[in-house]
Amino acid sequence: MIPPFEIFYDVHREEVLRYLNSRLGGQRAEDAFQETFLRALRAYDRLEHAEHLRAWILTIASRIAIDDVRRSRPTDELAEDAIWHEDARPAFEELAPLTDGLPPKERAAVVLRYGYGLGYDEIGGALETSEAAARQAASAGVRRLRKEHA
Amino acid sequence: MTTVSPELDERFRTAAAASGLLDAAFDVLSDTPVGRLLVGVTDHGVCRIHFDPDPERELESLARQFGPRVLRAAKPVERVKSQLDEYFAGKRRGFEIDWDVRGLPTYNQRVLSKLAQVEYGSTTTYGALAALTGNPRAARAVGTVMNRNPIPIVLPCHRVVGANGKLTGYAGGLDRKELLLRLEGAIL
Repeated sequence: MIPPFEIFYDVHREEVLRYLNSRLGGQRAEDAFQETFLRALRAYDRLEHAEHLRAWILTIASRIAIDDVRRSRPTDELAEDAIWHEDARPAFEELAPLTDGLPPKERAAVVLRYGYGLGYDEIGGALETSEAAARQAASAGVRRLRKEHA
Repeated sequence: MTTVSPELDERFRTAAAASGLLDAAFDVLSDTPVGRLLVGVTDHGVCRIHFDPDPERELESLARQFGPRVLRAAKPVERVKSQLDEYFAGKRRGFEIDWDVRGLPTYNQRVLSKLAQVEYGSTTTYGALAALTGNPRAARAVGTVMNRNPIPIVLPCHRVVGANGKLTGYAGGLDRKELLLRLEGAIL
């Protein structure tokens, strides 16, 4: 059973706010916090199971943060000093704006994997797809970024 | 280290209630003469009053009955709360609020709508209420409906007593039943 929204909100709100604070800070983080949970509330009664709720709410938060960042600064300003090595995991701060150009599923997979360290099973759940497809989306996203920022 | 401030929390809850997306809102009244009360409301009216609430269990029950979007929010509950305050202060004899008993069996709904007509300060019996609902022999069934009344106080099951005048039972405990009847002047 899907937990009552109150419980869901209580469990995840601190982490969501910390995450948004690290991405946006201050008043913008607070606005994004409210928007994140309102958006979750809107979709909440259509959830089919209670797995991956953490990945789901962090995905919503990351999309809102990305949109906010995109609105507030030019896209290519941050691309310059990003470095893409095979095993380099860029700080999320650099990563999120860079991924703006990716198809939505790849972007979400890349951000959740490298920015937030979620497992592919969790990402799969958040994106309503399989673990293998999540892995594939993340690596396709990284390949595309390498090409764009080479 | 950041934590969700009470202001931010309240802001979200208010926005959520205003969005019209909640299946049910609730609040906990911590300081009433009958102790802590959990009050739940939907768009259709008050749907739950619970004594000594174990919030987690109550929330799950609300979610099962009305949908998973259950959130604590003061605003939707305000009207019920202020009328309860007036009632406990002896300044209100009837509640002007709609109630939501949609999820209940039709028999329970019928009995509860008769119960709602039992006036402040008076009592009736299980048998009399059974007769009002069409079957004088159904006193025991009426007792069960009272025991499962989801909105005590507002739907005044405390005003229903045994044929011998004894208070018999109350889901919230006999002490509370007695307290409410004393408050109303129905017993001395």
